[in-house]
Amino acid sequence: MSSQQTSIVSAPPPDRASSDGPLVPSARPAGAGPPSAPTTRGASGAGRRNRWQLPRPVRRAGGPLATLLLWWLLSATGVLSPEVLASPGTVFGKALSMIADGELPTAIAVSGRRVVLGFGIGAVIGTALALVAGLLRLGEDLVDSTVGMFRTLPWVGLIPLFIIWFGINEEPKIALIALGVTFPIYFNLYAGIRGVDAQLVEAGRVLGLGRWGLVRHVVLPGALPGALVGLRYALGTAWLALVWAEQVNASQGIGYLMNNAQQFFQTDVIVVCLVTYAVLGLLCDLIVRLATKYLLSWRASFEGA
Amino acid sequence: MTTLTSPAVRIRGLTKAFDQRPVIDGLDLDVRPGEFVALLGRSGCGKSTLLRILAGLDTEIGGQVEMPGRRAVAFQAPRLMPWKRVWQNVVLGLPGRPDRALAQRYLDEVGLSGKTAVWPKTLSGGEAQRVSLARALVREPDLLLLDEPFGALDALTRVKAQRLVADLWTAHGCAVLLVTHDVEEALLLADRVLVMDGGVIAHEVAVDLARPRPVGHPTLVALRTELLGRLGISEPAK
Repeated sequence: MSSQQTSIVSAPPPDRASSDGPLVPSARPAGAGPPSAPTTRGASGAGRRNRWQLPRPVRRAGGPLATLLLWWLLSATGVLSPEVLASPGTVFGKALSMIADGELPTAIAVSGRRVVLGFGIGAVIGTALALVAGLLRLGEDLVDSTVGMFRTLPWVGLIPLFIIWFGINEEPKIALIALGVTFPIYFNLYAGIRGVDAQLVEAGRVLGLGRWGLVRHVVLPGALPGALVGLRYALGTAWLALVWAEQVNASQGIGYLMNNAQQFFQTDVIVVCLVTYAVLGLLCDLIVRLATKYLLSWRASFEGA
Repeated sequence: MTTLTSPAVRIRGLTKAFDQRPVIDGLDLDVRPGEFVALLGRSGCGKSTLLRILAGLDTEIGGQVEMPGRRAVAFQAPRLMPWKRVWQNVVLGLPGRPDRALAQRYLDEVGLSGKTAVWPKTLSGGEAQRVSLARALVREPDLLLLDEPFGALDALTRVKAQRLVADLWTAHGCAVLLVTHDVEEALLLADRVLVMDGGVIAHEVAVDLARPRPVGHPTLVALRTELLGRLGISEPAK
C-alpha cells in the first residue's frame, strides 16, 4: 500500500527524488549551486560522524575511567592520605587478597542470601497485593489505601521495631529487605495494570476472551512494562535495605566486614565492601535490563536520539 | 459460505440513554443475512452506540435485539495487542488451541502473507487494519461490524481497503453493518444506506447497482446529494 504512495510522491525531478532529505535541495534556488551539492553535504556529514563519534560503549566508559584516574592521581600525589581513602591500587590488592582467603566470597554468600530471601518474600507480597488491587475494584478499595498508609512509614525507621519482633539474627534483616521491596513492586505493577489501554481490553472482550483470558492475554502483558520498572526499582531498594540491615548487629556478611574495618581505619576494606555492594547491585540491574529488552521487544517506543 | 436461517439482525424499539439523555430512542432495524448495510449519521447521533450494542459491549438497553451469535468487529483503530505477533492477534480468543496455519489462511486472504510472525509495531496503518479484518473474519461471523475502519487511513490506502472489504464480503457472504462518515464509501459498498438521526433510523436508500460501482455513476451522484442533504449539508451551487 505504501509503495504506491511513494511512487506518486517521487515523480518530481530525479535529483530531488534521489535525496531522502527534501529540505536540502528545495532550500536552494534551482541551479544556484553545483548539481552534486546535496550529495557532497550528505557525505561530509557521514564523514564527520565517523571521525568524531566514538562507539557508544567507549563514550559511556569515559566518565567513570576519568574519575578513577583522578582518584589515582590524588592518592599518588599524597593529597588523599590512606586514612581518608586508600588508593585504587591498594583497594584492588586488598580485594584480591580478600577473595583469595575466602573472606569476601563468604560475606557475599551471606549477604546474597539475605537479599534473595528478602526480595523473594517482598516480591511475592507486592505482586499479590497489586494483583488483588489492580484486578478487582473491591481489592482496590481494601488494599490500595492500606498500602498507601504503610508506604508513608519510613521503612528504615522500623529497624528497632523489627529487632524487638524478630531478634537480632537473620530475620529482621530479611524482613527489612522484604518491606523495602514490597512497595516498588506493588505500586508499579498496580499502576501498570490500571494503565492498560481500555480499548484493548474491550477488543479482547469482543474477541471472546473470558475474565481469565483477558487477564492473561491483555492485562498482564500490558502491565509488564510497569512491572519491570518496579522490579528494577525493587532490586535497587533491596541492596539499599541490605546495607541498612547489615549495620545492625551483623556477625557476618558484607556489612559486618565494613563495620569491622571501621574500627581499624581500614579504608581499603570499606571501599572494597562498597564496591562489592555496587557491583552486585549493578549485576542485578544488568540482568533486569537484559530481560526487559527481551521481554519488551514488541514495544514501539522512543529509544533516544 | 455460511448458511443462515433467521434474519441476521432484528431490532425493535431499541432505547439507550446516557445519564437520562436518550441516544437511541425507539430504533427499529432489520438486516437480511448477507446484506451489506452502511450507517451514516452526524457525530454523536448514536451510530457508534448502536454498533457497540450489536457488538455486545453495551448491555444496559431497552427494547428487543435479535442477532446472530457469531459476530465480529473491526474498530476504527485496529486495536491489535502489541505484545502478540500478528498471527497470535488473529486467532486470539478463538476456542481451543488455534494454530498458525489457520491465521495464515486469513492473512493470505487480506494480502499479508509475509507478515504472519512480525510484531504489530512494524505494520503500517493500512496493514494493521487488514490484520484487524483478518482477525474478524477468522471467526467466520454471520454479522461483521465495521466501526469506521477506514477513518484513519490515507486516501489511497482507504480505496484499497474498501475494495478489500468488498471482496471479502463477496467471498464470505456475511451480513455487514458499516458505520461511516463517508457518504461515497457507503454508496460504493452497501446494498442499503441508512441515516441515523434523533435516535432512530431517519432515512434509508437502497443502492441497486452492480458492483464494482464507478464513483461518477449518475445514480450514485444523485443519491449522494440526497444523503448529504439528509445529513444537513447542501451541495454548493455550481
